Amino acid sequence: MIPLLQAELVERKKWLNDSEIMDYYSIGQCTPGVIAVNVSTFTGYKLGGFWGAVAATSGIVSPSLIIITILAKVINLFFDNQYMMHAFTGIRIAVIALMADVVVSMWRKNITDWRQLMIFILVLGMMIFAAVSPIWIVIATGTLGLALKRGS
Amino acid sequence: MIYGLLFWEFFKIGLFALGGGLVTVPFLFNLAAKYPWFSAQELVDMIAVAESSPGPIGINMATYAGFKTSGVLGGLTATFGLIFPSVVIVIIIAKLLNRYRGSDSFMNVMYAVHPAVIAMILFAGIELGRIVLINPITIFMTIIFWGAIHFIKLHPVVYIILGGIIGIILKL
Repeated sequence: MIPLLQAELVERKKWLNDSEIMDYYSIGQCTPGVIAVNVSTFTGYKLGGFWGAVAATSGIVSPSLIIITILAKVINLFFDNQYMMHAFTGIRIAVIALMADVVVSMWRKNITDWRQLMIFILVLGMMIFAAVSPIWIVIATGTLGLALKRGS
Repeated sequence: MIYGLLFWEFFKIGLFALGGGLVTVPFLFNLAAKYPWFSAQELVDMIAVAESSPGPIGINMATYAGFKTSGVLGGLTATFGLIFPSVVIVIIIAKLLNRYRGSDSFMNVMYAVHPAVIAMILFAGIELGRIVLINPITIFMTIIFWGAIHFIKLHPVVYIILGGIIGIILKL
């Protein structure tokens, strides 16, 4: 999505320059929420203040809203169909395999030392044995990260 | 009233789901256990639809989950709830942009949050896998798919369509 934003906002429309979009992108990564949405909000704010931000954000989520709503309706209609049921069993298998792959590639990128490995094991244990809410886990590990300091 | 609750739950996800991509899955898995809105199996179908559609996955997941819960208005409410915290935060940061160079402390936060997110996605994946992988053939197919995904990196939608076709052929 980022190359698309760059092509459209920097090269075609010239609303932002290269360093601005890099700034927005790195800040978009450091704020909660979806990065592409955050970049859009930033761009909208720069061009048109508060309402610009609202307009750009509405723009970027609209296609998802429309497409997903239509898909959800269509899938509901055909769900009793026997072929659809077989298809979805196969699709679910693909989804589980995709999730496994996401975990492996995130692991490779983000687990770089034994402290992170400990956090991983601890959180996994907490999920399995204590069913702790993901919200509390993010709060707890985020605080821990501030205290630990990377690379120290 | 359902809309208020829906907004609140997705607001919390928008605030705490750091890291992008499938990070919303463990949060939604938690919602499936907490409310009768959608089942864990329906969550797997949502992931398939969200991965196969254009647009950010997090947004697609929220729209679908909200739609499952209470129709078109539910989809709108959940999506609005999800983006609301980040829009507010980004607007505030945009106002103070010159002072906000402190992404260093955020890097420290993510240093510890990333391993936690991986563990949470793994846990959700195992739980969802226990629903989907019910016999030797489904387990075998998952391993084949995983190998294919790992060695031939194509867009997720390719594997989802392939899964559907194989499901019909093998009458899974």
